[in-house]
Amino acid sequence: MSPSQAAPKPELVLSGLCLSRGERQLFSELSFAVSAGEVLFIRGPNGAGKSSLLLALAGILRPDAGTIAWRDGGSGTERGEATHFLGHLPAVKPRLTLVENLSFWAALYGGGGLAPETALEEVGLAGLGALEAGHLSAGQTRRLALARLLIAERPIWLLDEPTAALDAEGEKLVGRLIAAHCAAPKPGLVMAATHQDIPLPGASRSIMLGATP
Amino acid sequence: MNALLAIVARDIRLAARSGGDALTLVLFFVMVGAVVPFAIGPDKLQLARLAPGIVWIAAFLSMLLGLDRLFRADDEDGTLLLFRHAALPLEGVVFAKLIAHWLLTALPLIVVSPVLAILLAMDWTTWLATLLALLCGTPALTALGTIGAAATVSLKRGGLLAPVLILPLSIPVLIFGVGAVNAPTGSGAALLFLSAFSLVAVAFCPFAAALALRVSGE
Repeated sequence: MSPSQAAPKPELVLSGLCLSRGERQLFSELSFAVSAGEVLFIRGPNGAGKSSLLLALAGILRPDAGTIAWRDGGSGTERGEATHFLGHLPAVKPRLTLVENLSFWAALYGGGGLAPETALEEVGLAGLGALEAGHLSAGQTRRLALARLLIAERPIWLLDEPTAALDAEGEKLVGRLIAAHCAAPKPGLVMAATHQDIPLPGASRSIMLGATP
Repeated sequence: MNALLAIVARDIRLAARSGGDALTLVLFFVMVGAVVPFAIGPDKLQLARLAPGIVWIAAFLSMLLGLDRLFRADDEDGTLLLFRHAALPLEGVVFAKLIAHWLLTALPLIVVSPVLAILLAMDWTTWLATLLALLCGTPALTALGTIGAAATVSLKRGGLLAPVLILPLSIPVLIFGVGAVNAPTGSGAALLFLSAFSLVAVAFCPFAAALALRVSGE
């Protein structure tokens, strides 16, 4: 039994994107597409606009020109509600416990993913669920932020320096999470701005920002 | 709906754990009322006549002072950015924050208002009328406050800017709030106007505040 008329793959399409912060133009005429199951690494020196590109994709920065289109593959979700954004700031409340932090995001993001305890196990914070998040180290806080990606199932992952503050084991963890997200049965897509090589079992693409002087 | 309740529940839980903030505003409210007799003298009749106005000024000032906190913490830890992707629109998020903020800043004031009533030699009926006026009028103050707080959230040291911004807008609440208390019994026009003002403000302000938040993110 094969799906005779498979729905088109979910896809994020950028065309002719121009973005500037303040007076400075970061890039112009950027066009590419990322479809479900793909990993795209965004590379470039500091200030090249990696984070700004992710913010534009997250719908927070408005591009000067060009369009970002989300073809949802027939599921009918808006881009905003299909997006997980992992930024520099952890969005973790220090006075809430780990499980409370995750349950809050599950309720806010519509859930559909792992239970908070399972997500914590997945990112290597098993057994810390009842601890207040303020007691975590920087790396552990990052892992908690990663767990947020798992508690609500959303196809688009936008990750800004996902390995920041993580140890070697943590970097492997990020690779595993990305690979699992892009694998069947419901593959998602990942765009990650990074300086480090994230160990990935599958293939990935890269784009380089700020290559021209 | 679920998401809305989650925000309200989280804000209340956070306030309960950190405690101090909400309590400070309540103390400020009581203190403003408590220093007035020292300033204008202990004449009971005069105090009773001024009492509704004093209670309103105290409530007005303490609610304005609490405004800066509305979005500040969520902005600083990155939560505000992630609210954009919530399963409810940003306007809904603001509405939930509005409810939580009213519960945390206005309701405690209303609860401790009997203390002020005693300090200012209010009689029973005036106190009841003040209570009713506060219940009907404070939602408008919080709602207008969401606009001020949203417009100043990107300024790292916004501080008192939000209160100064929305003060002119909130003057009608003060006028009709005191008017509702001083009205002769049986005429509820001021109270009705106050309620209408609150309903309109609560309905429209989340849209303006959400717009301000979207712009401030850029």
